[in-house]
Amino acid sequence: MIANTLPLSLTDNPILSQWIAFEPGKVRIATGKVEIGQGILTAMTQIAAEELDVRPDQVRIVSGETDVSPSEYFTSGSYSVSVGGAAIRLVCAEVRSILLDKVAEALRCPVGELSVEEGQFLRSGKATGRDYWSMAPAINLDRRASGTAPTKSPSKYKIVGKSLPRLDLPAKVKGAAFIHDIAVKGVVHARMLRQPWKDARLASLDEAAVCKAAKAPVEILRDGEFVAFTGDNEQAVVRAAEAARELARWEGGTPAPDGIGSPEWLKAQPARSRTVEQGEKGRVPSRPLGRTVTARYSRPFLTYGSIGPSCALAEFKDSALKVWSHTQGPSILRDWLAKALGLEARQVTVLHRQGAGAYGHNTADDCAFDASYIAMKMPGRTVRVQLAREDEFLSAPISTAMAIELTAVLGADNKPADWQIEIWSPPHAQRPGMNGNSNFISAAALPNPPPMKELNDVPDERGGGATRNGYAIYDLPRHRLTHHLLPDAPLRTSSLRGLGAWANVYAIEGFIDELAEIAGEDPVTYRLSLLSDPRPRKVIETAAQMSGWFDKKNLPEGHGRGFGFARYKNIAAFVAVVVDVEVDEEVRLKRIWAAADAGLVISPDGAKNQVEGGVIQGASFVMKERVRFENGRVAAKTWEDYPILRFSEIPEIDIQMIDNPNEPTLGLGEGAVGPTGAAIGNAVARALGKRVRDLPLTRDAIMDTLLKE
Amino acid sequence: MSSVEFTVNGRSVRVEAEGGSPLLSVLRDELGLRGAKFGCGTEQCGSCMVLIDGEPAYSCTHEIGTLTGRAVTTIEGLSRDGALSPLQQAFLDEQAGQCGYCLSGILIAATALLKKKPKPSRADIVEALDPHLCRCGIHNRVVRAVQRVSGA
Repeated sequence: MIANTLPLSLTDNPILSQWIAFEPGKVRIATGKVEIGQGILTAMTQIAAEELDVRPDQVRIVSGETDVSPSEYFTSGSYSVSVGGAAIRLVCAEVRSILLDKVAEALRCPVGELSVEEGQFLRSGKATGRDYWSMAPAINLDRRASGTAPTKSPSKYKIVGKSLPRLDLPAKVKGAAFIHDIAVKGVVHARMLRQPWKDARLASLDEAAVCKAAKAPVEILRDGEFVAFTGDNEQAVVRAAEAARELARWEGGTPAPDGIGSPEWLKAQPARSRTVEQGEKGRVPSRPLGRTVTARYSRPFLTYGSIGPSCALAEFKDSALKVWSHTQGPSILRDWLAKALGLEARQVTVLHRQGAGAYGHNTADDCAFDASYIAMKMPGRTVRVQLAREDEFLSAPISTAMAIELTAVLGADNKPADWQIEIWSPPHAQRPGMNGNSNFISAAALPNPPPMKELNDVPDERGGGATRNGYAIYDLPRHRLTHHLLPDAPLRTSSLRGLGAWANVYAIEGFIDELAEIAGEDPVTYRLSLLSDPRPRKVIETAAQMSGWFDKKNLPEGHGRGFGFARYKNIAAFVAVVVDVEVDEEVRLKRIWAAADAGLVISPDGAKNQVEGGVIQGASFVMKERVRFENGRVAAKTWEDYPILRFSEIPEIDIQMIDNPNEPTLGLGEGAVGPTGAAIGNAVARALGKRVRDLPLTRDAIMDTLLKE
Repeated sequence: MSSVEFTVNGRSVRVEAEGGSPLLSVLRDELGLRGAKFGCGTEQCGSCMVLIDGEPAYSCTHEIGTLTGRAVTTIEGLSRDGALSPLQQAFLDEQAGQCGYCLSGILIAATALLKKKPKPSRADIVEALDPHLCRCGIHNRVVRAVQRVSGA
């Protein structure tokens, strides 16, 4: 059944009118969740239309506009449909029910005789001349949601569960649909000069040379290490910023040290450590035990790398700040902009406008702060900040490197009698407001920045950061997880799709394959022997069947087939992936199959699109991606320095969604990333006869592994 | 500043611009055609792609001064009187998009391919689109959309 406790979004925003209003011919649904490319606004529309019995085109979604929308934290963690969507479902069911009661009262008939079709009330199937819009004035929506109105049974769904075409795509195939495309007359263009490393001080900047390079008038706004170039002529501002990047001399602060991110570096950092034990505690029991197996895995730093560099607009007029941003958390951004700029939250309005896909904490919030700070110096003008590609690589929040050590003691049955995982990692979340810090990169560049408060990672009960998916999902009699949080890394480490999950899944699923090999068992059979729950078993069996896993065809020399499985966050969607690879000096993907169980699926095609996107991004993460450092700073300036997977590297991908409409919707957006990476790692290990445990799976890593004895 | 005359989406235009200005900024800021996107500024991602005399070209580096007398087509020029081109419609039919930021450039490159080769193989499509980066992972849907419109 659909959730019977109130979703967080609804307890945070308990008033019905925060969610719903009736406008001429339309139902306005407000959401604090935002479109970041996953199609969630289409899914929200489906949920609302279904529960209200209106057509999808009778719903108008208002998303992420802080003067209207409910405050729903961040659009992240695959929570949008499962939490935000659940709130909309309950609100719509309740409003429908309240209005039905009103109609029954007016017509003096039992509610049971009434129904709704396209917003019209019918009595015994016949028109009553009343509809939502004529009845709405009779009720007051400024009341608390009870959350108790019965929701529709999934068996009666007509809109949910069907693939409604994405509402945002028509504008996107025509071109101009993004925050970048908002044209404002008389706009002030701005470009930033970013610090190359934490707390770097600008020792010198030849401002005359910068202005000369601009070839047209530009202003230089400098406050501490905050440096912006502004003007009416965008090209001049761009030239100024480019010149300044070359001319600026930096000193002090904390440059990234050599070797940053390597497993050795990670393990040498000061740590706050904790251990969580599950299952049997104390000494390993004295039943006959087999081998002790240990392996160390690692992942490097990654960047979110969306194709469109971030952009923001801001205007300060009559003591009110209006900000257009592709932030993932409009209400949080509003609150922290206010704090950082010395305003009251009610003076700030954040309007979400779509940007290029965000797969984690991107630079949208930084740009919003930059634009706001500049706008407050130029009341009445609209300021537009646009980052350069190079700024994105240099100063984006970074997805942290991790080291993961696994130890298992095998029992006589070759199953793990004891299991231990140790994770070394800086934190995975420093979005605005987290740990009580604004985390805007430029706020730290201003004079006398507020001292940074102690860093923590996302707590386990909210899915964990470094520990996300660190708890193996298999039936293990003893499980011990040690988390070494490294709070002192001189980088703004933050969220990228799945946080620590995909590296932990890479390690755990690789290690499971290692144990299967020792046990002399097929990897899928071995996994199934460690899973009693029928739900994950079905997902694994489906992927095995799709790929013909048990047909035992002999693959050609240099080819390998691998399996990977996880339940995202151990509470969200189940995804199993099979990958065929060919390896010589490089890894080539030949074919991919994925099976997923996400409970009730709102839009099957949208769900498949998400799984496929997760597969491709997961493959890119493990095969290609690594942020390198040089001279204390990020070494990547262009896409050549940070390659991602391309058209020619992507094979045919088969996806099957397991139909499970009576189970609650499970977050899916991030679910395929980990299992795909793991399946690739396992396929490469089979093709090579040796395992690559330190990511990414580049030509260098393959050669090193082959040469290592 | 110099005066440059060329055609954009079949319409003659004259712009006053510094000869070294990138075509992309002229299209977006002077002509109000904001479909072509800024992505990298270094010909590495394809989001700024337009057609110049029918050939795909990076508008982020193409200097406006070189365009006198030439014909530029942007994504806004693919639809006629508000009706989507068959290729744009095929992208909707395949739901070939997530965030959509790369679509403008990809649609341009695929349009050029289909003009040259109305029935491209999968390999042809992949080759034509390989200069384009997509971070969301819609690659296979894009290939299917191009195949759909070519009847392959």
